Amino acid sequence: MQDRIRQLGSELQRAFASKLQALDIDRNEITLTVGAPKLIEVMRQLHEPSEFGFEQLVDLSGVDFLEFGQGEWDTHTATSSGFSRGAQKASFGRFTFDDAHPDRQLDRPRFAVIYHLLSVSRNLRLRIRTFCEDDDRPMLPSVCGIWSSADWYEREAFDLYGILFEGHPDLRRILTDYGFTGHPFRKDFPLVGHVEVRYDPEQKRVIYQPVSIEPRINVPKVIRDDYRFDADDREESDA
Amino acid sequence: MPELHHYTMNFGPQHPAAHGVLRLVLEMEGEVVRHADPHIGLLHRATEKLAESKPYNHSIGYMDRLDYVSMMCNEHAYILAIEKLAGIQVPERAQYIRVMFDEITRILNHLLWLGAHALDIGAMTVFLYAFREREDLMDCYEAVSGTRMHATYYRPGGVHRDLPDEMPQYAESRWHERQQVERLNRARSGSLLDFIEDFTQRFPSCVDEYETLLTENRIWKQRTVDIGVVSPERALQLGFTGPMLRGSGVEWDLRRKQPYEVYEKLDFRIPVGVNGDCYDRYLVRIEEMRQSNAIVRQCVDWLRSHSGPVMTDEHKIAPPEREKMKMGMEELIHHFKLFTEGYCLPQGEVYCAIEHPKGEFGIYLVSDGANKPYRLKIRAPGFAHLAALDEMSRGHMLADVVAIIGTQDIVFGEVDR
Repeated sequence: MQDRIRQLGSELQRAFASKLQALDIDRNEITLTVGAPKLIEVMRQLHEPSEFGFEQLVDLSGVDFLEFGQGEWDTHTATSSGFSRGAQKASFGRFTFDDAHPDRQLDRPRFAVIYHLLSVSRNLRLRIRTFCEDDDRPMLPSVCGIWSSADWYEREAFDLYGILFEGHPDLRRILTDYGFTGHPFRKDFPLVGHVEVRYDPEQKRVIYQPVSIEPRINVPKVIRDDYRFDADDREESDA
Repeated sequence: MPELHHYTMNFGPQHPAAHGVLRLVLEMEGEVVRHADPHIGLLHRATEKLAESKPYNHSIGYMDRLDYVSMMCNEHAYILAIEKLAGIQVPERAQYIRVMFDEITRILNHLLWLGAHALDIGAMTVFLYAFREREDLMDCYEAVSGTRMHATYYRPGGVHRDLPDEMPQYAESRWHERQQVERLNRARSGSLLDFIEDFTQRFPSCVDEYETLLTENRIWKQRTVDIGVVSPERALQLGFTGPMLRGSGVEWDLRRKQPYEVYEKLDFRIPVGVNGDCYDRYLVRIEEMRQSNAIVRQCVDWLRSHSGPVMTDEHKIAPPEREKMKMGMEELIHHFKLFTEGYCLPQGEVYCAIEHPKGEFGIYLVSDGANKPYRLKIRAPGFAHLAALDEMSRGHMLADVVAIIGTQDIVFGEVDR
C-alpha cells in the first residue's frame, strides 16, 4: 500500500508540478493543495480514465478555519480573583445569538473545500484541498460537470458554509429549513442557533422566536502538545 | 379530448413509503414522473457541528443515531478515524468482536430493508418474518452493550467490554406464555457466543423462507425487474457505493479491496448484479446476508478459541480498569483526565471509510491538536444515493418511485445527519 501511495505521489508530482501548491503524504493519505484557478484543469485530468482514472467523487466538504488552533484553556493573565482561563468566550459553543465573534488574524484563507476522490479501477484514494481566496465571498468553480455526485455535495457546502460554486446548475439550500438565514456550520454561527420554533396557541400557528436556551459547553477546548505525536518521533516508529 | 398538462405532486414528508421524513416534489405527466426533486433536511440535527463542540468520546453516541438501523457500523468508522489519527493498535480479539458485530449489524440492516421494501410494494408477510430474526440480533446488542439499538459499544482502542457469559432471559408475562418463554430461553441458556452460533445455524433457512416468498414471486418481479436501471458508468459518476454499486455490476467492496480490521483473514464472497435494476440489488443484498452469516460464524469460532484483552492498555486513550483506578495514583490521574478533559489528538487530517451495509460510510476528521474534533465530516452513503433519485425515477410510473426509494435503502438519520 505504502509503495503504491508513494508511486501515485510521484506520478502526481510529474503531471502537475507547476499547478500544485503542495503535495503532502501523511498516514498513507495524499493531499494535494490546488489553487482555485487551476482546480478544474487538475480535476479534469484526475478524472480522465486515460490519465489518473479517479471515477468517483466520494465526498466534498467545506471547512472554516476561523478557530483553528485556538484553545480555550490558555492562561494569559492572572488577577487577584483568579486566572483568565476559560473566562472569555472563545468558541462557537459559548456564544449566544447576539454575541459578536471576535475577529482573528488567520495564517491562511478562512474557507477551504476538501474533495475526496476514489479510483475504483486502481484502488486508490486522493484528497484535494482548495482554499477560497476571498474570505467575505468564498467562491470556487463547480465540479458538477466532471462528477455528477458533486451536485448535492456542493449544495450542502453552500448551505452550511456559504461557499458559492460557480457554474452549479441549481445552487439551493439543502439541509436547513425553508427561509433559513445564515450558514450554520461557520465557526461564527453559535451552536445554540438564532431562532427556535414553537406553536403559539394565541395566534394558532407555528412561530419563530429568538432562542431561549443558554449556551452550555461543559468541557473546554484544550490543545496539548503531546511528545508522542511529534513528527520526528512518529517517523521513527513508522520505520 | 382534453389536453394533458404537467402537474406537481407532493409526496411526503409524512408518507408511509417515504421511509422517514422525505418530501418529494414530483413533476408528473399523467402518471409518469418527469422530474423528482427530493427535499431533505427535515431530520437535520447538525451532528457534525455538535461533535465539534464535544470531546471525542462524547460523540460516539451520536454516531449510533445517524443511520439508526446499522448503529455499530457508524461507530466503527468514527472510531477507526480516531485510531488512525492517534496511531493506536487494537487488540486482535477486539478486532474480531468488531467484525462480528459489523456483520450482525449488516444482517440487521438488510432485514429491515427487506421487510420495509417488501411492505412498500405489497408483500406484508416478509416484514413480520424479518422482524422475528431482528429481535434475536437486537438481543445480541442488548447482551453486549445493555441497549437494543444505540449501543455506544466500540471505543477508540477496542470495545467497551468483553462478550458476556450469559444472555438476558425472557420472563413470563401477559405477552409471553410459559411455553413460549421456555422456547425462547432455550437458545439463551448459554453464553452470547452460544446464542450467536445457534442463530447462524438457523439463519440460512430463514433467508430461504424470504426467498420463497419473493425471489420467484410474479408480483415481486413485476415491481422490481427493469425498474430504476443504473449503468455501471452512471453508478460511478453518481457516487454510488455498496450494494447500489455492486447491483450495477461493479465489483467493489471495501472489506475486500481496502481491508480493515481482520477482514483479510476471513473467507467470504462478494455478490455482484448484472442488470443494475431493483431486482438485482435485491438479490445482491440477500446474498450479502448469507455471506455475513458465514463471517459471523467464522468470528464465533475464532473468538471461542482465543481469549485476551479487548481494550488497548494505552491509558492516554482508554480508561484503566476500575479496580486499578481505585488503588493506584497513576491510574487515578489517567481516569480523571480522561473523563474531565478527554484526550488530544495530533494536528492532522484523516479520512476513514468502512463498508457500511448501505455503502461507503466515511469519516473525514480534521484535528487542530485539541481534545475535540476541529471538523468532522460524515460521508453518508444514502446522501449520494438519494441525490440520484431524480435520474433513477425519471420516466417511471409513480408507484415505481416507491420501489426506487425502497431499493436505495434510505434512512434519514444519515442523509440529513
